[in-house]
Amino acid sequence: MKSPVTFRLNGSATAVFADSGANLLDVLRRGCGDLSPKYGCGQGTCGACTVLIDGEPHVSCLVLAETVAGRSVETTGGLSNGPDLHPLQRAFIEGFAAQCGYCTPGMLMSAKALLDRNPNPARSDVEEAISGNLCRCTGYEPIIDAILEAAKQRGAA
Amino acid sequence: MVEVQTYPTVGEAASAMDDQARFLGGGTLIMNRVNYGDRRFSRIVRTTDASLSEIRVEGERLEVGAGVTMAAILASRDLDFLSPAARAVGGPAIRNMASVGGNLMAPHPYGDLAVALLALDAIVRMVSGEELSLEDFLARRNGVVRSLLIRRPRSDEFRFKKVSRVKPKGVSVMSMAARLTRSTGRLSGVRVAYGAMAPTPVRVRAVENALEGVSLDHAGIAAALSAATEGLDPPDDPIASGWYRREVAPVHLRRLLLGEDAR
Amino acid sequence: MNAEYRKDLFADERSDDFNVIGKPVIRQDILGHVTGRSKFYDDHAFDGLLHMRCVRSPHHHARIRSVDSSAAERQDGVVRVLGGRDVPVNTNTLLSLINFGRDDEPLLATDKVGYVGQPILAIVATSVRAAQEAVDAVKVDYEELPHVLDVEEALKPEAPIVNEEYPNNAFDYFDTYDHQKLRFGDVETAFSKADHIVEGEYQMSPIEQAPIETCGAIAAPETSDRITVHTSTQALFFSVGVTAKQLDISSARLHFIGGTVGGGFGGKVDSHHEPLAALACLAAGKPVKYMWDRAEEMQVGGPRGGERWRIKDGVMRDGRIIARAFTGFFDAGAYTRLSSYAVQKSTGHLPGPYSIPNVASNVYCVFTNRTPSTAMRGFGITAVDFAIERHMDKVARAVGMDPIELRILNAYRDGDMKAHRREAKNCALIESCQAVAQKSGWSLSAEAARASSKSGGGEGALGVIPETVTDDEGRVGERRRSGLAPEPFSGHGTRGLLPEGHSSNNSSAFGNAPQREDMEAEIERLGFKGASGVPPAPQGPVDETASSARPTMPTETAHATHPAGARGGPSLPAAYVQRPAGTINQPISQPPAQAPGTPVAQQPPAAEAESESAATHFQRGVRRPGVSRFISGSRRR
Repeated sequence: MKSPVTFRLNGSATAVFADSGANLLDVLRRGCGDLSPKYGCGQGTCGACTVLIDGEPHVSCLVLAETVAGRSVETTGGLSNGPDLHPLQRAFIEGFAAQCGYCTPGMLMSAKALLDRNPNPARSDVEEAISGNLCRCTGYEPIIDAILEAAKQRGAA
Repeated sequence: MVEVQTYPTVGEAASAMDDQARFLGGGTLIMNRVNYGDRRFSRIVRTTDASLSEIRVEGERLEVGAGVTMAAILASRDLDFLSPAARAVGGPAIRNMASVGGNLMAPHPYGDLAVALLALDAIVRMVSGEELSLEDFLARRNGVVRSLLIRRPRSDEFRFKKVSRVKPKGVSVMSMAARLTRSTGRLSGVRVAYGAMAPTPVRVRAVENALEGVSLDHAGIAAALSAATEGLDPPDDPIASGWYRREVAPVHLRRLLLGEDAR
Repeated sequence: MNAEYRKDLFADERSDDFNVIGKPVIRQDILGHVTGRSKFYDDHAFDGLLHMRCVRSPHHHARIRSVDSSAAERQDGVVRVLGGRDVPVNTNTLLSLINFGRDDEPLLATDKVGYVGQPILAIVATSVRAAQEAVDAVKVDYEELPHVLDVEEALKPEAPIVNEEYPNNAFDYFDTYDHQKLRFGDVETAFSKADHIVEGEYQMSPIEQAPIETCGAIAAPETSDRITVHTSTQALFFSVGVTAKQLDISSARLHFIGGTVGGGFGGKVDSHHEPLAALACLAAGKPVKYMWDRAEEMQVGGPRGGERWRIKDGVMRDGRIIARAFTGFFDAGAYTRLSSYAVQKSTGHLPGPYSIPNVASNVYCVFTNRTPSTAMRGFGITAVDFAIERHMDKVARAVGMDPIELRILNAYRDGDMKAHRREAKNCALIESCQAVAQKSGWSLSAEAARASSKSGGGEGALGVIPETVTDDEGRVGERRRSGLAPEPFSGHGTRGLLPEGHSSNNSSAFGNAPQREDMEAEIERLGFKGASGVPPAPQGPVDETASSARPTMPTETAHATHPAGARGGPSLPAAYVQRPAGTINQPISQPPAQAPGTPVAQQPPAAEAESESAATHFQRGVRRPGVSRFISGSRRR
């Protein structure tokens, strides 16, 4: 059984048919073709599937797809404005804040939620904001540095 | 295939429940089970009833809807005393989803908020209208919860502490909560609860009794510390062994009671 | 994080015109990572994609009496149910590509299971849920068997047999011994002369690599009768070779696409997903995904194996270590995978970065009913290094010496002879210790602060291969037959002597011939120029001008200096001599089984040997003569 779900995905009106019981991650990846959120655990532990729903971070593997009806979903796939990268993306590139890259889309979404709410975060705010996102490669330090750098760049712009 | 049924009111949703159904709150428990193909249920029941997410204040008495999320607790000035416990749950994304009602159902070693609620003598109000103590609810863990009734503690009498190996977000080695009520300078009617030390969050009566009538200092709490795990058989899990939990419980209990910082 | 470059160290050996080192670098793949467009294996969409889930053993060890999948086959959405009989070559060992070890692990278990989570059936269905429901509907009748989970328990004569291919619960080295031997000098005699004996036992639990991307593969039919496989593998050519072997098809029909790995750390080399996904793709004629969920990743993904090490040192009053003996147990789990190699790698690492004139070790690759272990970042080295360095601290306490100075005193210097009979080159432990002491405000004696890796090396007994006592204890099956505990150096068996000699840095280890033609590397495509292409680099004389910061080892057979040009090598068994030029892709014969009574001091062959000849034959990126800063060992050329 499938049910129709309409919502906004990265600013665009979107309609998909979701399998009964499907989670938002599967619907974004298979239904909408947005492959930027990743599957890492299916239990909300790793944060690789983090997306923003109405601006707030959610682990999409634990969101029943039909509950986003009428809401706004943002993913890393929609973070850049065409070729113009978001300050977070630029800071991640320049700060070597990704190694294998698998956790990166989720990290970016958690970081975006933070900076949208708190443009001038302390280091501890950043640690808290990405505490639900696991990274096995970097040891987190370059990621935290990059998020702080992005905040600085955004403040300067 | 799992069937999803959505009802406009929580009453209708509750009457659709049976042993093949699970009630979907924030999704953090049920969707996990769905993703792993739990074949013990075939239906998800949910409601769009907004009343479940309300926080009502009547003087010192608070009514917190079962659908209120950890993030909503953190955003509420009326529930500031619950902030440490709400912040102990998951990371920011999980806190945007996980609900008060779900936390009462969370399996070991989860359910940190329920530990705090247990020490606050919270009353569980079911959708049926039935009211029962949280302790009684945890013993049976079924039915659909409408809200929790909580009496606001005085500013300095409530303590919560979560012990985990990873910070800021980690799974509980244990969590502890205490409401240190006093009468004429001595502790009286104290409540102490633990999480991750038994299959569900539990009140620790041996400790509560040992704290009756004593002063809140090293000498006064000595008997309580030696009774820290009396009657408990802490479980082994990948986070810690039962032996370890038993060994370190008195240390953490002392820090909780005396307000000492671990570091 | 700021790196500090210590340009004062080895200043005459470096060049500062680096293009990359010391400068910020933009990763070439990072734009894809930050935009979410990097294509991991699961980021390929296919119409009609099928999903796979396995029926797995709930027992550590059990005989499979029967399997009934008839109900599962009738369920909605189920496309195929595959068992071991459906796999053309069901039994494999990962290192079969270099013919190292015997095929011992079924892709899908048929007769028995050896660990919790071992797959028995693979169910292909239209959805993950349908596959999961079908898994529930399979009935397996098990006869539970006694199991063993501890390495030393597993070596006892009465222990249950974990892996029928190795009925002694230990990997057979060279078809001769139940352990990897290392013999260098005479530890027993040295122990009797030592002022202190310091013993210790150390162990490390298994560690799961826990990549954020779980292991998996998608296999899809191509129009050209090929199969495209998108995989998370870290070892693409392992996976191609294994898949071709187990499916018994030409590797030309396999189009493998990998390289974008969502974290591996060693755990994505086991090549189990690709053959199963490809087999299911052939059987169903449709794209099939076999992707572990997180629970499978943690439960059945091969971890870094647990290890237990015992170390016994003979130490002189002044802190010099004159003998070191190891007994090591490597927990392979139920099947070999890469553990046989890890044992050799660890043996090649002994006795740590220290010049010790008498070294012996027995290292066992043990089969237990635990999850088979596999590669993880420095596996084979990590645990024994932990053991060695903990033990160095213990030795320092025993002799009342500063732990850093103890390390400086015993550290390898350029020109020292290592226990595996290669000369130490490019040593830098002393300088590292000095830098650490300086950074941490730790005061060192003037002598220790003056020491240098470039002086005092190879002096006296430390420059030569000593006369070596050998034994033939621990022949395959002997312990089980006679109930011997796995302790080395007990004097059992026939003892022998190898004469002293000098390093044979020109000798090359051999590579085993691949098991199948399909696994042959095409050498000409790898940039291999052949042994005759490059003259061996001349070995410069040891710099004897600098003064030594370390007393010379007392020895009855000390050689004052290396006789120049006398590096023809000691009498090594035939198996270890360099292969003739141009025969690298010819199968060569196995080392002859040693007749009883003629034991050998074994060197780690094959895998460990990033041999001198390999380094000189592979010329890519290297400028000759004698100036390369990219090749390890250039300092001595």
